[in-house]
Amino acid sequence: MSAELAEPASKIELPAGVGGGGEIPSFDVTLRVRRYNPEVSEDATWDDFKVTMYGTDRVLDALHKIKWEMDGSVSFRRSCAHGVCGSDAMRINGRNRLACKTLLKDLDTSKPITVEPIKGLPVEKDLIVDMEPFFQSFREVMPFLINRGHEPTKERLQSAEDRERFDDTTKCILCAACTSSCPVFWTDGQYFGPAAIVNAHRFIFDSRDDAGDMRLEILNDKEGVWRCRTTFNCTEACPRGIQVTQAIAEVKQAILSRKV
Amino acid sequence: MTATIQSPRSGKIQPKYRRSGGSKGNFEMLAWLFMRLSGVVLVVLIFGHLTVNLLVGEGIHAIDFGFVAGKWADPFWQFWDLAMLWLAMLHGTNGVRTIINDYAERDATRLWLKIVLYAATTVIIILGTLVIFTFDPCPVVHGVQLPGGFCPAP
Repeated sequence: MSAELAEPASKIELPAGVGGGGEIPSFDVTLRVRRYNPEVSEDATWDDFKVTMYGTDRVLDALHKIKWEMDGSVSFRRSCAHGVCGSDAMRINGRNRLACKTLLKDLDTSKPITVEPIKGLPVEKDLIVDMEPFFQSFREVMPFLINRGHEPTKERLQSAEDRERFDDTTKCILCAACTSSCPVFWTDGQYFGPAAIVNAHRFIFDSRDDAGDMRLEILNDKEGVWRCRTTFNCTEACPRGIQVTQAIAEVKQAILSRKV
Repeated sequence: MTATIQSPRSGKIQPKYRRSGGSKGNFEMLAWLFMRLSGVVLVVLIFGHLTVNLLVGEGIHAIDFGFVAGKWADPFWQFWDLAMLWLAMLHGTNGVRTIINDYAERDATRLWLKIVLYAATTVIIILGTLVIFTFDPCPVVHGVQLPGGFCPAP
């Protein structure tokens, strides 16, 4: 029996300094995390964590490192960790972003990076908020296709132009970064919020949908589109780059042209 | 100090976030539209007002009691100033109303601020309208001309 086969030697000569895994620059960064645990105290506090991270790391990686290696009680939501599921919206350095899409190297690492739960929704623990009011507004605008015509035997066809009309608002991942960045929503939580309006927009301007008038009527409420003050916080916060304020303005125009 | 935590995803919505029934009617839409339209009209009215009062002729040096009396003798300027008064007051009131809605956090605060706002608006609009239409530069009280150098001797 021959001895165990050794890995064949590489035939390619690599110059020193190329390849290998240890080359990504690392740096020390302090994360200042907002902590809240109603079982212990009614007051929220700040906790600092100093971690060594790499240039390819995101805020979510730093939170993982903290939770897995330093303090397992730190609580936050995340699912896909790649900017699709919309679970990990949080307020990072005072701005709403997805922790999984924010690279640490893009932030000012010389100062502590503050991580807070999104504003305006009730905090449950640490970075986790109760999303129920947010989803309630979403449900109220009926975010599903309503078609009163005959059901086609195949798919419902639509021209490319008709599809383009609402393309921007199909990108929403319901992370609540927009709604929880809106100062009108912060006040009393009554406003439907940008996310609900964006998702209404997606169906109002869909040529296959027949319930646009009903959705416009819902958003003509005193807590509907007319509470928008066009501060553009939502457009700035959207991790998907949706032109949220413009979508709200289009819904306003649609209500106006229908009523006046 | 401990608190009871509800079972997760209980589907309950905190009372603060519950919307109290749909408000039927188009008031908010009309208010929004009024802000835009009155804003455009006010730009014309106010800059016209400033031009006529401050730039035309002797400009700012011509302004005195007699100048205002002369303007209000003309129905055109009476209407101009009336439109400016009403539009500016309603435009401003609606603006402050939305600010109160946005920033007052308690319903009672909101109610009282609005009562004060609407009372002030009503008083100013009524008073201003009366002044424009009842203005008399040469009032005669008990058959005696009140002092002032503008009026011809009786």
